[in-house]
Formats: sequence, structure tokens, C-alpha cells
Amino acid sequence: MRSRSSPRPYRGASPHALLAVPGVLFFVFFAVAPMVLAVYLSFTTWNGLGDPKPVGLANWDKLLHDSRLTQSLTVTVLLTVTSWAFQTVVSLLLGVWAAGRQRNRAILSAIFFVPFLLSSTAIALLFYALLDPNFGIIHQDTLGSTSGAFLAIVFVGGWQFIPFHTLIYQGGARQIPEVLYQAAAIDGAGRYRQFFSITLPQLRNTATTSSVLMIVGSLTYFETVLILTQGGPGTDTAILPYLMYEAGFKSYDFGYASAIATFLVVIATALSLVLVRLTGFGAMRSTREGM
Amino acid sequence: MKTAGEPVEPPRTRRRRHWTKRPNPVAGLGSLLWLAVVIIPIYAMISASLTRQDKALGNNALKPPTDPTFANYNTVLHNGFGHFLANTALVAAAVVGIVLVLCVPLAYVAVRTRTVWSSGAFRLFLMGVAIPAQAVVVPLYLMIAKLNLYDSLLAVILPTAAFAMPVSVLILTGTLRDISEDLYEAMALDGASATRMLFQLVIPMTKGGISTVVIYAALQAWNGFLFPLIFTQSDGPRVLTLGLFNYVSQFGVNIPALLASVVLSGIPIFAVYLVARRALVGGLMGVGGK
Repeated sequence: MRSRSSPRPYRGASPHALLAVPGVLFFVFFAVAPMVLAVYLSFTTWNGLGDPKPVGLANWDKLLHDSRLTQSLTVTVLLTVTSWAFQTVVSLLLGVWAAGRQRNRAILSAIFFVPFLLSSTAIALLFYALLDPNFGIIHQDTLGSTSGAFLAIVFVGGWQFIPFHTLIYQGGARQIPEVLYQAAAIDGAGRYRQFFSITLPQLRNTATTSSVLMIVGSLTYFETVLILTQGGPGTDTAILPYLMYEAGFKSYDFGYASAIATFLVVIATALSLVLVRLTGFGAMRSTREGM
Repeated sequence: MKTAGEPVEPPRTRRRRHWTKRPNPVAGLGSLLWLAVVIIPIYAMISASLTRQDKALGNNALKPPTDPTFANYNTVLHNGFGHFLANTALVAAAVVGIVLVLCVPLAYVAVRTRTVWSSGAFRLFLMGVAIPAQAVVVPLYLMIAKLNLYDSLLAVILPTAAFAMPVSVLILTGTLRDISEDLYEAMALDGASATRMLFQLVIPMTKGGISTVVIYAALQAWNGFLFPLIFTQSDGPRVLTLGLFNYVSQFGVNIPALLASVVLSGIPIFAVYLVARRALVGGLMGVGGK
């Protein structure tokens, strides 16, 4: 008998690889192939009718000279970074706090989770109504000002997703071994010292997972932008996905929309890869890893 | 990955609070502050949805309605709400079904075989986490049109399921890795085939991961907006998120009715939350893992 800890050189009945084929094919067809197709379409012109016609680098040339793209990219990055900072700070603190087991924490955590039950669309509509200058809570035109609209999107995104990330941090915090705190307490470390020297470093992997989900997620604030601001005022909150949507499904310039989409994939992949390199996202591969 | 509903660690952790039992006023205050941030919009929404439309404008949304009415809810329910909800439920059920049927065997192969192909497939899904749905809507629009699926529920179901797959595979492989090698060996000694192991060992032992995936995939379908917006057009296959979006133009300045539709849309999943809170929260807590 092999010992349990041996690195599983597999013998005995091995599942046939064919079992995985339907899943892989389905995913390749509906997610990977469209990505490749998007690259191809970015070299064509297509208005949604008939077939796409090759136009060489025209769309990419347009992309490089489009001042709206520069603005859009800036807004996208700014929005991603601000959202990440806001959501990480709040959900880290709430999650660590909620990892305790008293009854009042359980009840509060249950209430904190409620916003996550509404869809992004419902939440965007809720704040669209509550921010209406004639009707809402604040009787001023929040969405009419650039900074107001930007902060509204950051806040609404946080309101929706902080419950989820709080839960992730809560799960992470509960897995920190108690002995570490016991040892620290014996050494005379206070609560804040314990937080910075034990809790934070131990939550590194959790923070990576949460951050990747936040960054990829903030690229999908499309609903919030479409409903709350329509990219406005002017084009001040037109994030990349919104710009792509307008180019494609409002101006019917699908070739150009594909160029923006390809650009979006490059950015999302680059961001994720940087995070993976910096923090070792590979840890997600094994739940037994670390410690 | 934790199994939904089970205590996260053995009871010895109960002693943990011994070390931080002193009250922490800063954290307590912070949590109350966040409670206000969560509750005020929800309260304002419910209160406004009960306000008569002629009294809504210029009124402060924080004041309770003087003359509460359910008329706004009536308006929403007579404007296709049930139909949209049924469509969303159908999409969610189909997405969950497709994801489970495809991902469970896939995760099984990825964990239990050591070939270039299986680890390649796993890497594909690992990278897949980073594909934004926005990036592929234009080509998918072309593909859906060529497949003659435009303006049908299938046009929403198929891509939604595909995009729920990467995280589902990650969750399932995480759970599958925790099944002890000894169990496989015991079954192999009994002469069980790999397929029998899938049904009699892997699926029963992966229940926690499977329930997390069910929740995750259902939430994706529940939340989906972009695919329905772009791949459907008529009332027939309209899902709830798109129905809500359409109420904006339909109800115009009738904000109480709009908010009533938002409240109504939250009720079904809130009901699920009340019944299955432990599974829902426990399952999602595992997504972060370690």
C-alpha cells in the first residue's frame, strides 16, 4: 500500500479522457472560439447584415487615433483601482470581524449579505431611482457631475459585491490556525499587532483570489454604467465595455467594436497575469497547499 | 473547500475567541456604519415602492409613506413580470444542468489523470476565469445568428453556461482533490470501473462542491444582463433583468412602480436565502478557499 501522502502516481481504474471532451468542446465553442473570432473580426468591416469584409488594419488604426479610447481606458483603470481599494478595505475588515462566532455577528452578517441577492440590473435601477434629483434621497444631480457619476458607480459596485468578498475573507480568516494568535498573545502582542502580523499575511491567498475576481468583475460594470449614467455625463464614465457596446450595438460598427473587445481581452489577461505572477494564484490549484 | 453547512473547523476553534474576547469598539462601530449603508437604500426602496405616484415627486424618500398602497406592485405584475420571472427560472435551471453535466466529469478527469491533455484542459479553464464576457459578445452575436438561435432562450442559456464553467471547474477540482486516495484504491480492489467510481464515490463525496456550483451557476443566470440584452429582442424570451431594464422606459417617471419591480425581483431569491441560507453562504464562502 502506498502511503496517503505519496504524490498520486495513478494506478487502477483511470477515468477515460473522453469524459472531459464534451465540456472542453462546449467551452471552446462558446468562449474560446469567439475570442479568436473577435480578433479576426477586428480586421473586417461588418454592420450586422451579410458577411464581414476584410479591411486590414483600418479598425486598429482608428482605435489608435480615437481620443475616446484614451479617455475610456483611463476611466476603466481608475474605476478598477478605486473599486478594488474600496471593496478590499471594507470587505477585509468586515470579513475578519465577522469571522468571530458571536450571535450578533451572525445576524449582522446575514443582513450584510442581502444586497448580493439583487441582480446588478436591479441594484443599478434602485440607485438610479434613489439618486434621481427630484425623487431620491439626495436632492442634487449626483449623476450629472463627472466625479458624482464616477463615485456613484464605485459605490453601487461596492454595495453589490462587498457582501460576496466579505464572505470570502470571512472564510479565509476562519482558517487561520488559532495557535498563531495564542503564541502572539503570550508574546504580548495586542489586537492591532496581531491583525497586521498574523491576520493580514495569512490572508494573502484569499486576497489574491478576491482581487482577481474584483478586477475581472469591475470590467463587467457594464449594467451599472448603462443604467446609471449611459457613459455620461458626456463620455466621462464610458468604460471600455460600454464603448464597445456603443460602437457595436448602437453604431453597428462591429469591426471596430471587435477591435475594442480584443483590446479589452489583452488588458484583462495582462492584469490577471500580473496578479498571478505577483502573488502565486497557482495556490488556487490545491486546497491543501500552504502552511 | 468547505462543505456547505458544516462547521468550518473542529470544535476546538471555539476557544479561539478567548484571545480576542475584549470588546473591539472600532470594529463594532464600523460594522454598525456598514449596517446603515446596507439598510438605508433597502428601506428607502421599500418605502418608496408603497408611495402613491402623485405623492412621490419632491417627497423625501426617507420619509415613510403617509398613505401606503400596493398599486405599484399591481402595475408591475400586470406588465409581464411573471413571464420574465419564469424565463429567468428556466434559464437558471438549464444553465445549472449544463454546467453540472459538463463540469463534474471534466473535474474528475482533470484530478484523476496525469496526462498532458488533462492538465492542458485544466489550464484552459484556469485562464478562462479571466475572459470578460463583453469581449466576446460581437463574435457570439454572429455565431448565434448563423446558428439561427437569435431571439431565443437558448441564445441566452448556452453562452451563460459556458461562462459559468471556469469557476465551476475550479470549485469542483478543489473539492475532488480532498477525496482520499484510499477510497479510490478500495473501490479499485473491488473491481469498480472509473465510471462507477464517478457515480458511487466522486459525486457523493463532492456534494459540497456541487452545491456551491449550483448556487454559483444559478446566480450567474439570475444576474445575466449582457447576453439577454444582445441575443434577444422580443417579449417571448425576455428574462427578468431585461424586463426590469425595459420598465425604465415603460414607466417613465413612475419611480414608485420601478422600485416595486426591483423589490419584486428580489423576493424570489430572498425566499431561497431564508430557506437555504447556510448552503448559500457556506458554499460561496468556499469560493475564496485558501
